[in-house]
Amino acid sequence: MKTDLNIIAKTLRRKIIETSFRARIPHIGSCLSCIDLLVYLYWCELKINPLESENIHRDRFILSKGHGAPGLFQVLAAKEFFPLNLLEEFGKPGSVFHEHPPKPGYIAGIEAATGSLGHGLPMALGMALAERIQKLEYRTYAMLSDGECNEGSIWEAAMLASAQKLNKLTVIIDYNKWQATGRSQEVMAIEPLSDKWKSFGWDIQEIDGHDFSQIKDSFNKAKDESKPSAIIAHTIKGKGVSFMEDDNNWHYRIPNADELQRSLRELEDES
Amino acid sequence: MRSLFAKEITNIAKNNKKVVILSGDIGNRMFDEFKDFAPDRFINCGIAEANMMSLASGMALCGLRPVIYTITPFTTTRCLEQIKIGAAYHNANLLIIGTGSGLSYSELGPTHHSLEDIAIIRSIPEIRLLTPSDPEELKVQLNESLLLDGPTYIRIGKKGEPNIFSKDNYLGIGKANVIRKGTDILILAIGPIVSEALSASNDLANENINVEVATMGSVKPLDEKFLEENLIRNFKYWITLEEHGLVGGLGSAILEWASDNNYLDKLKLKRIAVKNQFINKLGNQNYTRKMLGLDSSGIRNTIKNLCEN
Repeated sequence: MKTDLNIIAKTLRRKIIETSFRARIPHIGSCLSCIDLLVYLYWCELKINPLESENIHRDRFILSKGHGAPGLFQVLAAKEFFPLNLLEEFGKPGSVFHEHPPKPGYIAGIEAATGSLGHGLPMALGMALAERIQKLEYRTYAMLSDGECNEGSIWEAAMLASAQKLNKLTVIIDYNKWQATGRSQEVMAIEPLSDKWKSFGWDIQEIDGHDFSQIKDSFNKAKDESKPSAIIAHTIKGKGVSFMEDDNNWHYRIPNADELQRSLRELEDES
Repeated sequence: MRSLFAKEITNIAKNNKKVVILSGDIGNRMFDEFKDFAPDRFINCGIAEANMMSLASGMALCGLRPVIYTITPFTTTRCLEQIKIGAAYHNANLLIIGTGSGLSYSELGPTHHSLEDIAIIRSIPEIRLLTPSDPEELKVQLNESLLLDGPTYIRIGKKGEPNIFSKDNYLGIGKANVIRKGTDILILAIGPIVSEALSASNDLANENINVEVATMGSVKPLDEKFLEENLIRNFKYWITLEEHGLVGGLGSAILEWASDNNYLDKLKLKRIAVKNQFINKLGNQNYTRKMLGLDSSGIRNTIKNLCEN
């Protein structure tokens, strides 16, 4: 499994960068930091049948860090939520595939429009409450960025989820230590992040967000908890391409032809 | 109106298991009966309206019919972006109740006045904006809203609003109603303040000024058919009356309608609303209405001046 997931993630990293180059789409660094987590979620964790993407009992996944959409779109295409060739429209005028997820109904598998940070987790909280009230059978997941934890609404949601004991709600924080214009610790003193979530009444795990074994263990453990669960995934922005890693210029930069080729060479499939 | 709301939503929720009440930590005791029979469907979301609005959208996307209840500024301007993105853009089946609208909480100061909510909610696509004038109209609109797709905002008063309508009125979303017949002046009002217009109209009758009073019921949708029918009746003036700011409310909506349809040369319109100002010297709702010229005597004076000039 581990090898397979690594191969899949590497393939999707290539596609993210190729698409960014072709469609002039930014946020490569943010997509590369969370792609391993997305791959694990969609290949191993989420109970969603791509052929029944509106089944009422499906697990719900909200990409609260909506600027990671170029990564999520690649994942959904690879899982055949929609035909792969639809991504040829990515970034073209009139396409539904642009920088953020649109509202449901335009792209199969997208549960909520995100991109305005701080909305996704509260929406996921509502979905988790809806599961409990209607006695349905699903778990709800929301992926946040560390920068997104600047938003007060994240902490409003954190408190209510705790008060409501929503143990079927899991948050994954893609903690790449950067936000748009600076180090997340310097902009808003995000640390001690783990203690913050813990003090808000959540179960906490800290993992390496690029290690599939740790990712697997954390999701399994989250299911055993009686509280909402936050997985703080330490990641590297731009992970997988040496000259993009931990360089925040790649929050907005789009590769030139030379950078594209260098990236793809680094991400060649060695298997 | 808030008591009627609590009673009616409780009745509805007994049959409609999708209805969930989300409270922003208000409504103490009002929802006791609801909580007794459906404790799992009443959630006190705390003093955290942004989260409350977004989670309502999430609930709606998963099949529920959340009803969000708190004081108007906090369920509108406080969480405007969550209404725009979560509720309206997602076309979420939810209901936003703004209680104590306009100057209902006059003594509590500008923090609790809502004189901008119509202007801003009206600018958002795909959300209904309802302005019932009495408890019965609220009851009808509440029931209808919960059968329609998409979000609805209902702007209600607080307590003690008089009954305005008779059995002859057809109350429904997007439906204006004439509640006093007249020929000289047409008052188009929204909300409980229409009772001031009725009182002013009775006084003006003694001065041979014959005023027709209608309630618009909602600002979105606007009963354009009703407005068009009145264009040919040759009223000297149309007066819009609302407990809201002058900017962007009902008066603005009707002027925009007139402009967009090339009717500006067919009517004269005067807006009676709150000037674009904060209210610093406080009193109860009646005091503030009077101070701002929104009470019956203020309305009467405005109309008299129009007729004399």
